[in-house]
Amino acid sequence: MRLTEVSKAYGTGASRLLALDGVSLTVADGEFVCIIGASGCGKSTLLNLVAGLDKPTSGAIDTGGRRVGLMFQEPALFPWLTAERNVELALRARGVPRSQRPAVTAELLDTVRLGGFADKRPHELSGGMRQRVAMARALALDADVLLMDEPFGALDAMTRDLLHDELERICAERTLTVLFVTHNVREAARLGDRVILLSSRPGRIIDEYTLPRHGQRRIDSPEVSEVAARLTDRLREEVGRHGS
Amino acid sequence: MVADQALRGLDRLELPTDQSQSETRRLGRKAWAAAWPKLLALALVLAVWELVTLTGWKKYVLKGPGPVLSDLWQQMQHEMLWATIGWTMRSALTGYLVALVIGSVVGMLVARIRPLRAAVGSIITGLQTMPSVVWAPFAIILFGENNSAILFVVILGAAPSIANGLINGVDYTPPLLLRAGKTMGLRGFALYRFLILPASLPAYLAGLKQGWAFAWRSLMAAELFIAIIGQVSIGQLLFADQEQSDFTGASTVIVVIFVIGIIVDMVFTKADLALRRRRGLLDPAAAT
Repeated sequence: MRLTEVSKAYGTGASRLLALDGVSLTVADGEFVCIIGASGCGKSTLLNLVAGLDKPTSGAIDTGGRRVGLMFQEPALFPWLTAERNVELALRARGVPRSQRPAVTAELLDTVRLGGFADKRPHELSGGMRQRVAMARALALDADVLLMDEPFGALDAMTRDLLHDELERICAERTLTVLFVTHNVREAARLGDRVILLSSRPGRIIDEYTLPRHGQRRIDSPEVSEVAARLTDRLREEVGRHGS
Repeated sequence: MVADQALRGLDRLELPTDQSQSETRRLGRKAWAAAWPKLLALALVLAVWELVTLTGWKKYVLKGPGPVLSDLWQQMQHEMLWATIGWTMRSALTGYLVALVIGSVVGMLVARIRPLRAAVGSIITGLQTMPSVVWAPFAIILFGENNSAILFVVILGAAPSIANGLINGVDYTPPLLLRAGKTMGLRGFALYRFLILPASLPAYLAGLKQGWAFAWRSLMAAELFIAIIGQVSIGQLLFADQEQSDFTGASTVIVVIFVIGIIVDMVFTKADLALRRRRGLLDPAAAT
């Protein structure tokens, strides 16, 4: 998947706001790329562009025909449908025949470990469970690329930590390529094969860290802390630039 | 697997615990909670009415609740009252159903097609502010004194509210859900069928409820105005009582109109509650 010199501006004339400025990025299949940056760095804009919900002002995005699934900070489940139906609707939108849908739905809910909660509506589930249904729904699109916009930002630390493990497992099982936007440096250091640092207003790539993987990392391991500290310093420097 | 088990444990901890009471006790408590405010309201109305009667104000005309309710009881023994109610309810239902179809179709079109929005949207709001009784003379000129004239007034009264309810619902579809739907690949008709229409259901239901209230008012106004030969309606019953200065008779009819209004309103309220409960829009603490 390749982004070439992607820029995005909103508005025109004096009120013109450049959200992204010449972002170029190549992501290998199966790679887990975290994008971090302070407020206003155009992280969400970037994901919207890759998801095709918006068009770049200039530059090109080539997903090579890969299917793209998108997850938000809020689960964005349809409140009138049960967990099962929410997932099934994604299958239906994709054109999976009716006869296959129940089996695939059940398998996806099992994947996110929600097998026993198929008939619950979103409001009957906890925040972490809703986010897992949203994950099952994104997987239902048979996506090769998962775009995640601070998906665990609204969850408590304990749940988030467990969902990191789950996400890692699911990505390994399905060889998913992930673009993961977060403002949490530890999360980025815990999950990423690569961490991209974006500057704010306009959003530009200012730094890039490749994090070699030796088995599973823990969020509280010295290795993750060390990377997180480096990322934090760099981010502070960047934010400070706007203050002076 | 440790992570799996931890996750399951967390799920279990985060879900509300089941506070199972005995089913009959719960239902009984619920019925009582629903009934007592209504009983209290009824008692208040009757008490004020009786008090006014006791003061002797307009004492040659005004009758207390006793005579009126016994008159109602007597009329309920006769088929005449039921036939009248039946006829009026048939008009109400027919007019409401036609208004439902027209209002929904117009609402859908206006919500979907942008240029229509600017023009027709304000007409609908304008129509909604019109007191429906003013349509009655117009309808008589157009159709003559018959059932078509009555239905015309009812439809003009109810359809704008229903259309507006639907338009509001479509407008207030959460943008985040729209984004999610589009990511899933929902487009065009499918987007409406699976996302926008279900999302607008609460507002649509509110429009239906308001539409019913307008239909009922319009119908009463139309029936007072429009006499159909050989057919007695509730409105005409009231008109006849007015002509004969029959206070008891008029009060009886008003009680009937009131009760029908309340019963239908209860149906809509129930539907609304059921919908909100399904979507988790009810505060469980406030609902009990």
